[in-house]
Amino acid sequence: MDDTLLLDAIERYKRDEMTAQEKKFFEEMRKNNPDIDQMAVEHTFFLNELERLEQRKSYKHTLDEVENTLVNEGIISKKQIKGRAKVIYLWNRYRKTIAVAACIAAIVSISTATIVSMYSETKQATNLTPLVNFKLNELNGKINQIKNKIDSATAAMPVKPKFAAQFSATGFLIDGNGFIATNAHVINNAKNLVVENKKGDQFIAIPVYVNKATDLAILKITDTTFKKITALPYSIPRASAELGEHIFTLGYPRDEVVYGEGYLSAKSGYSGDTASYQISISVNPGNSGGPVINKNGEVIGIISSKETNADGVVFAIKSRNIYKALEEIKTSQLIKLPAAAAIKGLDRVHQIKKIEDCVFMIKGN
Amino acid sequence: MNILEQEKVLLQGLAANDKKAVEAIYRENYLTIQSFIVKNNGYPDDARDIFQEAMIVLYEKVSTGSFELTCQIKTYLYSVCRRLWLKRLQQMQRYNPSAESVDEIVPVEEELDVHEKRNADLILMENALNKIGEPCKSLLEAYYLQKKSMPEIAKFFGYTNSDNAKTQKYKCLVRLKKIFFAQYKNGV
Repeated sequence: MDDTLLLDAIERYKRDEMTAQEKKFFEEMRKNNPDIDQMAVEHTFFLNELERLEQRKSYKHTLDEVENTLVNEGIISKKQIKGRAKVIYLWNRYRKTIAVAACIAAIVSISTATIVSMYSETKQATNLTPLVNFKLNELNGKINQIKNKIDSATAAMPVKPKFAAQFSATGFLIDGNGFIATNAHVINNAKNLVVENKKGDQFIAIPVYVNKATDLAILKITDTTFKKITALPYSIPRASAELGEHIFTLGYPRDEVVYGEGYLSAKSGYSGDTASYQISISVNPGNSGGPVINKNGEVIGIISSKETNADGVVFAIKSRNIYKALEEIKTSQLIKLPAAAAIKGLDRVHQIKKIEDCVFMIKGN
Repeated sequence: MNILEQEKVLLQGLAANDKKAVEAIYRENYLTIQSFIVKNNGYPDDARDIFQEAMIVLYEKVSTGSFELTCQIKTYLYSVCRRLWLKRLQQMQRYNPSAESVDEIVPVEEELDVHEKRNADLILMENALNKIGEPCKSLLEAYYLQKKSMPEIAKFFGYTNSDNAKTQKYKCLVRLKKIFFAQYKNGV
């Protein structure tokens, strides 16, 4: 068989144009004759290569076509970049060069300045000394003036008398105009009352409502230095809270505001008192009068007392007592309770940050 | 259809040299590549070159192997373009280390080596085809690439009959193979 026929056979085999019989014969031949097999392999490879070139060319053609379409649509910019892009491009490209140039410029200017100053130093020194002295004198004078001013200012400043407190507890604003709710037992028999915010600012307050039965008291800050708080972050609901609700409180068992959390354990208080809740929370003397707040930022109660011989059994006055109190005193004072809690949905840390400013330490003697 | 399936369809289209698929991939990815290259010391024209090259790499991958990429098309193209461009920057000695970014990339070095080898082979074939001259080149192309029949070829090239054309084609083929394999074996 000559090469022409053989190549033809290989091509037909590759294209699958052979009859089954021819195919069988051809495969047999390849098996028996390694030269023919080698030739078939080589030729197939060659033809594949040739086809691949063609495929590649037509694919490249497609790519070019697509690219042209996109260039015409303006998606691919054929033109050189302009404007801002150009500046960015140039900056990216030459920033190293620019940096080097800037360094050289800096070195040159610094060394020039140094040399110039070195040569003119002696001359300057004689000029400089008196100037410095003069300036110093002037400065000293100014310092003395300022000192005097400070002295006179401190002398004129009204110094608040240090309040000698016999007890301290907690209270919280129920109206931004300075109305504070706390316990009645806190202010019992107190002659003077001050409330202190977390910054340590003290304001004089007077009780406007005291109810020993519910253990609720409302104070009013009378100090003119007290700045009104326009919107309280928490709300005070009328409705009863649910068993198992997670609650937290802020209070002043020490000089620092202290956070504590727990849950509502019963809907009634000490010996079945329906005006209060039983809550499980860790509190200490000083926490009395602190707000009991749920996760939605609602003040559901006011901490009042704890069971002496049981741990973590604390009683809190229900918030609806505040409403009752308001009805009783509304003739003399206008108090508006906050209706919506701005801190609802915040995480605890942020809730506390907002509430802190509205919780006060109550001191009295 | 989820993204993977959509991409698979695109890749199948690409393997079949479907213009729509090519265009879709172009539209989806070109600008990202351009901004990468312009940010790294290149011109938009460089981006067009590099992107075409990457499209060819992708085409080879899908036309020889499976349609399954181990990553999304955009990640693959970005990785290839990035590699190709960094290589070119190195060649131009404008290597910019800021291109070592934290973008998501997949390793493509091996594939690019294969791609280069293929490119070299194809260049050999193209050179060989150019060397055998006319009418051999057209004759072979007509038969092997355009798949024209012998009588058609005989008529077109003015041979008296298809046997004559066949003999002529055979001679041309032998010459082409000789040139190609001479270079190919030298190269290997």
